[in-house]
Amino acid sequence: MSIVHCLILSALLFTVGTVGVIVKKNVIAIFLCIELMLNAVNLSFVAFSKYLNQVHGQIFVFFVMVVAAAEAAVGLAIAIALHRNRKTLNVDDADIMKW
Amino acid sequence: MLDFLWLIPLLPLVGSALNGILGKRFPKRLISAIACTSVGASFAAAVAAVAALLKLPPAERHVVDTLFTWIASGSFVSKAEFLLDPLAAVMLLVVTGVGFLIHIYSIGYMHAEDGYYRFFSYLNLFMFSMLVLVLSGNFLFMFVGWEGVGLCSYLLIGYYFERRSAGDASKKAFIANRVGDTGFILGILLVFVTFKSLDFTDVFRQIAGDANRFPVEVGVGTLSAIGILLFIGATGKSAQIPLYVWLPDAMEGPTPVSALIHAATMVTAGVYMVVRCSPIFSRAPIALEVVAVIGVLTALMAATIGLVQTDIKRVLAYSTVSQLGYMFFAAGVGAFSAGVFHLVTHAFFKALLFLGAGSVIHAIGGEQDLMRMGGLRKFAPTTHGVMLVAALAISGIFPFAGFFSKDEILWSAWAKGHPIIWLTGLVTAGLTAFYMFRLIFLAFYGSERFSEEIRHHLHESPPSMTVPLIGLAVLSTIGGFVGLPAWMNLGPNRFEQFLEPSLEFAWRGKSAELPHSLEFGFAMLSVMVALFGIYTAYRFYVVNPSAPASLARRMSRTHGLLAHKYYVDETYDALMVHPVVAGSNGILWQCVDIGLVDGAVNGLARLVQGSASLLKNVQNGLVRSYAAWIMAGAVVILLYITLLR
Repeated sequence: MSIVHCLILSALLFTVGTVGVIVKKNVIAIFLCIELMLNAVNLSFVAFSKYLNQVHGQIFVFFVMVVAAAEAAVGLAIAIALHRNRKTLNVDDADIMKW
Repeated sequence: MLDFLWLIPLLPLVGSALNGILGKRFPKRLISAIACTSVGASFAAAVAAVAALLKLPPAERHVVDTLFTWIASGSFVSKAEFLLDPLAAVMLLVVTGVGFLIHIYSIGYMHAEDGYYRFFSYLNLFMFSMLVLVLSGNFLFMFVGWEGVGLCSYLLIGYYFERRSAGDASKKAFIANRVGDTGFILGILLVFVTFKSLDFTDVFRQIAGDANRFPVEVGVGTLSAIGILLFIGATGKSAQIPLYVWLPDAMEGPTPVSALIHAATMVTAGVYMVVRCSPIFSRAPIALEVVAVIGVLTALMAATIGLVQTDIKRVLAYSTVSQLGYMFFAAGVGAFSAGVFHLVTHAFFKALLFLGAGSVIHAIGGEQDLMRMGGLRKFAPTTHGVMLVAALAISGIFPFAGFFSKDEILWSAWAKGHPIIWLTGLVTAGLTAFYMFRLIFLAFYGSERFSEEIRHHLHESPPSMTVPLIGLAVLSTIGGFVGLPAWMNLGPNRFEQFLEPSLEFAWRGKSAELPHSLEFGFAMLSVMVALFGIYTAYRFYVVNPSAPASLARRMSRTHGLLAHKYYVDETYDALMVHPVVAGSNGILWQCVDIGLVDGAVNGLARLVQGSASLLKNVQNGLVRSYAAWIMAGAVVILLYITLLR
């Protein structure tokens, strides 16, 4: 299992996440897709860390995980607030912030 | 006192500022006290200054009092400086003296008017400007006063601004003056370009000192151009053809204003200026010819219009225009001192006529139409008496003031070889006597043509009005004796002698030595003409009151021409006002303003609006679309980095 395989998998995961963020309407689904993107990046970090024989990449993964945890907390809070106020989880219904 | 010349104009300015800023809260008594005291003190200071001037030997009567350097730009320096010489002294005494009397008169005349403080503030401001005008020692500073009096004239004509006609009249006066002022300022610029100085003394010394260059005997020289440009300024301010049209309309202002500004002082500023610039005019024969011809034409034309006017103040207004014409043609034939002499006597008797007319209007409750007066001498005996004195003075009957000055002008016209001008002047003198006594007879004699109710309210004016009237009547009676003509064998003309130092740089033309007996004969002739005019008026308006109407019917075309003032206003309307209004409306407003100016502003707004309406679609509130844009941006950057680098 070379670095190339890892990077291809990472790119595929990232693409799936990105497309999911754009096409999904449910807040929770978008949220999961963002997590997917973050973890795709984590995968590349780890792969490079192994490939270059350096520990930096793995340290970075921890940072990303911390950010992801914080993001999960804030994101879920937003999802709950949205549901309380508008009785929906569809992001396309929350579009009043426009001209 | 000669070091404190600045005090003379400053006092009225202080009065004006006090009344103008705080006057709204002052009681009327205090307002009039401030106004009259400031002008009275200014008069006293003027008398003291002139007395000090008289103590100097004639050759040294030229006092310059520099206040500060007003403008200094490279080689161009203009100072705020006052010049007191005999000419300025004469004007100073006339302006402050007559002005003081008219201020006192105004207390009584204006007592029931709104904006009492406004009136006195403007009147004091006028005194300040006029004093700056007559005392200034250079062209530019004179222009300050010149514009100042124009402004005050505008403000005071429009005093009853709630009346549309008054507003129109004030604008007309302002615009006509602006036309003249354009000529005046061009003349000043030409003086500066030619002589590199605007100082009166400096410029006149240069002219008088250069005998090779001046006089310009033939052709249009620079001096002629300067003279004509300056005279254009004078035609505006002093109401001469072609700019006289504003003065009759200026009668919309209160009567004391008509007396002070539009009879005695401001309108004579043009004459003063021409005489002040006598070194220029006397060396520019063409300019002088223009002054003389315009003057005599104005005198005749205004007098003929005055024959048929029925508004008491308008008769006097045309009379003023006519008399100003006299002063100009006096200057135009080279008799500068005679012009100034007539200016002085005219200030007395014309101010008296206007104030008397004001007293009549006051007595009869605001009526100005002569056809609705008549028989007033029983009700207002003092007014009648002083008006009679003034009418005799303006007609040129011996020994009233007008006799001496008018005769001197006519005699100068003959003696300097202008027989046609002399004859026109003589005819005008007859017309003057006629229309003036027509006014007297219509107002004070004959049948009473007013209603019973007005008759009930008729009263003589209060003392604050009659006392100045009597003062002016005394001056109109004896004022002429300061300039007894040489033919009386009482020594040379004192007035002329007094003015001599001011005219020292004027170029003396050849004047034929004519015997005194001839001059006496001419004086008798002009008195006869005046008496004939008075007698005709008597026949027409007392003996046979139906005669004027039947004459008007028989000569309906002439009468119509005169009654419509030669259709000058209509012509100006058609030639100037209408094209300007049409052009402003059709081209400047509809095309330039709406099309260009508004178009540019609105077009810019529409451009911004249009592009915004396209761009706003990006901000649609959909989070997913924002995410897509971010993604697209990231892809573009990635492509740029990977493919183009």
